[in-house]
Amino acid sequence: MNMANTEIETITGAEIVIRCLAAEGVEFVFGYPGGSVLHIYDALFKQTDVQHILVRHEQGATHSADGYARATGKPGVVLVTSGPGATNAVTGIATAYMDSIPMVVITGQVPTSLIGNDAFQEVDAVGVTRPCVKHNFLVKDVKDLARTLKEAFFVATTGRPGPVLVDIPKDITAHTTVFDYPQTVDMRSYKPVTMGHMGQIRKASELILSAKRPMIYTGGGAILGNAAEAVTEFTRLLGYPITLTLMGLGAYPATDPQYVGMLGMHGTYEANMAMHECDVLIAIGARFDDRVTGDLAKFCPYAKIVHIDIDPSSISKNVQVDIPIVGNVNSVLHELLGLIRESNRQPDKEALTSWWAQIDAWRSKECLRYDRNSPLIKPQFVIESLYKATQGDAFITSDVGQHQMWAAQYYKFDKPRRWINSGGLGTMGFGLPSAIGVQLAHPEATVACVTGEASIQMCIQELSTCMQYDLPIKVVNLNNRYMGMVRQWQEMFYDKRYSHSYMDALPDFVKLAESYGHVGMRIENRDDVEEALKEAFAMKNRLVFLDFVTDQTENVYPMVATGKGHHEMFLGPDRELA
Amino acid sequence: MRRHTISILLENEAGALSRVAGLFSARGYNIESLTVAPTEDPSMSRMTLVTSGSDNIIEQITKQLNKLVDVIKLIDLTEGQHIERELMLIKVKAASNNQREEVKRLVDIFRGRIIDVADNNYTIELTGTCDKIDAFIKALEEPLIIEVVRTGISGIGRGNKSLQA
Repeated sequence: MNMANTEIETITGAEIVIRCLAAEGVEFVFGYPGGSVLHIYDALFKQTDVQHILVRHEQGATHSADGYARATGKPGVVLVTSGPGATNAVTGIATAYMDSIPMVVITGQVPTSLIGNDAFQEVDAVGVTRPCVKHNFLVKDVKDLARTLKEAFFVATTGRPGPVLVDIPKDITAHTTVFDYPQTVDMRSYKPVTMGHMGQIRKASELILSAKRPMIYTGGGAILGNAAEAVTEFTRLLGYPITLTLMGLGAYPATDPQYVGMLGMHGTYEANMAMHECDVLIAIGARFDDRVTGDLAKFCPYAKIVHIDIDPSSISKNVQVDIPIVGNVNSVLHELLGLIRESNRQPDKEALTSWWAQIDAWRSKECLRYDRNSPLIKPQFVIESLYKATQGDAFITSDVGQHQMWAAQYYKFDKPRRWINSGGLGTMGFGLPSAIGVQLAHPEATVACVTGEASIQMCIQELSTCMQYDLPIKVVNLNNRYMGMVRQWQEMFYDKRYSHSYMDALPDFVKLAESYGHVGMRIENRDDVEEALKEAFAMKNRLVFLDFVTDQTENVYPMVATGKGHHEMFLGPDRELA
Repeated sequence: MRRHTISILLENEAGALSRVAGLFSARGYNIESLTVAPTEDPSMSRMTLVTSGSDNIIEQITKQLNKLVDVIKLIDLTEGQHIERELMLIKVKAASNNQREEVKRLVDIFRGRIIDVADNNYTIELTGTCDKIDAFIKALEEPLIIEVVRTGISGIGRGNKSLQA
């Protein structure tokens, strides 16, 4: 017998999984055990490197990991069992995919010998998730396990990030082999671009400096690419107006005068008008989503467009652009900054002055004005009060609907990674579990989940997880007894036929929160709003569920309706047409 | 709308084919034909895919294909000089002397080969461009045709142009 061989340690696939996670520096794994992952859970039990967070539903696991990733920039990690464990995770995987969030999802699978036999809790996880992952793997040999996990982390976090799923049959987690975690990855079929093309960057710098009516349009790519500082430097150097997409909020300080607000369907009047009238559009890490562009035929009719994006397939997908630059947003912006400084050229001061005068005229419409004298609790007022109560320095997660738009419009985000929402997929139920990931990542930070009585009920079971891990999240529930956004569309486009958009038989959220062991507060009077928030945020160590009974009929304005252009905004029923 | 022949080098992994096929169905692109087999290096497959669309759509198709992690490289053969070949196996009625002679003549004209002979039918092998194979089918009287099997196009660039990992 060869003595040397006997000294080499072999470990099980389950132990390899945990060692890989530790090697990747994973702090938290969000998961839920089940038959196919029992070996992995046993390996988890025997170590302390990686902390497991037990959620109450696999959707909660993916959203929590997603929230963690958005708040930190590090990949979120999920561990769930086969079959229903995997399918429950799909909504969260698709959510991460649409917003390009780095995530590694490990699913258990039935033993190799049973694959294809319709075995208990078997589902083709690789097949089911194929359209909503950046990539996925089925591990068929324990010897491939470590390399596959290394590749999974590499693919998830590089290029345009996204979720990667690794499906591991149960027998593989029991087989043993030598553990050897690769230091580097070399995949001949995956070579993400990083640097932009210098020739294109040069052309862009010339066009940018020649602009008379410039507009900077920045999206989530600037957050994902850690380019907020570069965006800010670039914008300030040029003195150009900047608008941010829903996903880009925080990439530039919202309290800065050069910021003209969010654009798109519920963007500000000034942002959308400036989009429509601009002669040079500088798109940074944005993907010309339909909620942003409105009717494509009417989109930026006078503009030459520069588009910086890491994903070539985002370029000229919806809108043909004049100067595409494929590359990492941060590095391209630094190259651009260098060229602009070297050139010693200044933007056209005179043109810029009259452009800003025009923008200020649009601004003077105060499109985000609302009825402050209403005796009812206006949802906008709750968000403004939340902004004040947190000194604008909280991490805000949100669910999907009217409350999401109000949070985006009225909470002024000055820093990146503070605004955590499901923009692309629009997943109700995202807010609370994503707040779990955020609070775990930043235990000392103030974390609030802005939600509505409809969305919160889609993942409300995670209140239990919050209790287990002592997460002092503040849930700001804008309770209007309606699926507000559905109701709004039915009011505007379906002749007020409110088909199934009301929330009947609501629970008593105060008692519900209390039954989970948290603090519940119901606020019915507008004069109590600010005091209630103050009181809630003073409870540093408790989750407080604030149930605000808001004006049922309030709608989100301004609005670019489907089929309209940026210049055809509707400011509200009591306002003149734009 | 133009027909494009796209040649793809991809990892010979289970699921790679369904990633390509899934991409086309998910994004609503056409596939006219698709043919795939391993190369001299068994870890790689070569696929020839025929699709059609406007220039913008074709640009998106090539970008989306390139984005698939299993795709190593691809080339739009239609952009340059290239060769396309398709193989057809066709079974036709050949019962009477007259039919037999007629079919044999046609096979000779199209430089096909009769590769199986039964009591009342012939099986023919024919290679060529898509148009040539269409023309052969058209030249046969329709009632004669029993079964048609076409592989779809395989394509390769002319001259020094090649698609390698």
